[in-house]
Amino acid sequence: MNDASEAVVAFEDVWLRYGPDREVLRSVSFELPPHSFQFLTGPSGAGKTSLIRLVLLSLAPNAGRIRLFGHDVGAIGAESVTALRRRMGVVFQDFRLLDHLSTYENVALPLRVQGRGEASYRAEVMELLDWVGLGHRVGDRPPALSGGEKQRAAIARALIARPELILADEPTGNVDPPMARRLLHLFVELNRMGTAVVIATHDPSLLDQVEARHLRLEGGQVDVLDPTR
Amino acid sequence: MSATLLPRDDPSSRALAAVIAILTFLAALAAAGAQSVATRSVDWRVKLTRQATLQILPRPGQDFGADAERAAALARATPGIAEVTALSRPEGERLLAPWLGTGLDLSDLPVPRLVTLRLSDGADLSGLAERLATDLPNARLDDHRRWVDRLAGAATGLVLAATAIVGLVLAAAALAAGFATRGALAGSRDVVEVLHLVGASEAFVAKTFATRFLRLGAAGAVAGTAAAAVAGLLLHALPVGGGGALTGSLAITPSGFAAMLLPAALVPAVTALASWFGVKRFLGSGVR
Repeated sequence: MNDASEAVVAFEDVWLRYGPDREVLRSVSFELPPHSFQFLTGPSGAGKTSLIRLVLLSLAPNAGRIRLFGHDVGAIGAESVTALRRRMGVVFQDFRLLDHLSTYENVALPLRVQGRGEASYRAEVMELLDWVGLGHRVGDRPPALSGGEKQRAAIARALIARPELILADEPTGNVDPPMARRLLHLFVELNRMGTAVVIATHDPSLLDQVEARHLRLEGGQVDVLDPTR
Repeated sequence: MSATLLPRDDPSSRALAAVIAILTFLAALAAAGAQSVATRSVDWRVKLTRQATLQILPRPGQDFGADAERAAALARATPGIAEVTALSRPEGERLLAPWLGTGLDLSDLPVPRLVTLRLSDGADLSGLAERLATDLPNARLDDHRRWVDRLAGAATGLVLAATAIVGLVLAAAALAAGFATRGALAGSRDVVEVLHLVGASEAFVAKTFATRFLRLGAAGAVAGTAAAAVAGLLLHALPVGGGGALTGSLAITPSGFAAMLLPAALVPAVTALASWFGVKRFLGSGVR
């Protein structure tokens, strides 16, 4: 565990390019304080997903330093990468559910890859599935789910291992407004229990519902607005 | 509800199982053949070293039959010789039938007389040889050593060849599994990425693939071994299986059938290990 006051994520002069022509991040520096709640906004193609992938260690920056939970990710091995990823939960914009697994198995995946036996997590998974309204779709596979149901399954998978940081890429993009409010309320509740939350969104209505830090990504730069101060 | 984390077997996986089945079939037959030859070689050698033959060559102007009786008497007087049998001339001529055919008049041929000796422990063959050299210079003692050595050499060669075949089959299985693993990794790239992003370690991913390939290898090995066992049983029914006077039976012995289990156990293990190392190397190359 990191120091209680240490940033869960810290970008220091980070640069990211796709090929020689496309510069996504240009000398980006910011911090996510522990237990913080923030929206990550920006126009389509601004690099929100790339920024999330940098935090998830599935992309490496071209320059600069990224610290996760106090660890310099440029100086860690594969085992530490796994350990850091287990402290994060992620909701992908395209869900990334495994079509050959049932909804239950998809949600249980983070616990299963940690080597836990099914008996130890079955009740937790069922409870969370009930909570996100998928208790009746436990045995169904993702191709049989609607877009909203897939999104809720992806959110449940991100939450099941009680991560310290949740990264959600457009988590309410495929649900109706009542479910969007419910899911947002869930993220707020998780944040109140100490989980840092980053929600990437282009939905301005979400920003009005929660008073939260706001990371604005545009032109390769990140501006931090903090209405809570 | 604990489903496999990788998608169901694809056509290339089924092809691998078929290749493994064929390789295991060949390895099982080679192992069974080697074990059978080794077992029979020991039997043959024990029988040959428990026997010796006196060969009495005709001498001009001497009583051929008396020489044979004299040789038999010397043998009976030698310690460690349990049984002495002097073959009559017709019995000796019958031994030539496989080479010369039957119905021939061999009375004009200088066919040697034979005396067979059944040996027990501590037979003093060198003493007998010395006495024969003194009393019956036309008698030759054959202790079958030359044949035993040749037989041992041939058996060792066959066992080594079969061992090499089993080794090559294991290497081929490892290569096939390695290629199939790369194909499976390419086909399951999105699955591997999700597993990593939800916190799976490289070892977990490698174990997941190794388990898949262990299952494929086991399925192929069971099929290949079963086919080899059936082939072994069919060998009994073929004329060559029963063997002949010169070669003995070529059929697979019970220990040969047991030896088929060795490739059946090794091939799936090699398949799984090759897959495990393949995934570790693939992931170690920076693919996360």
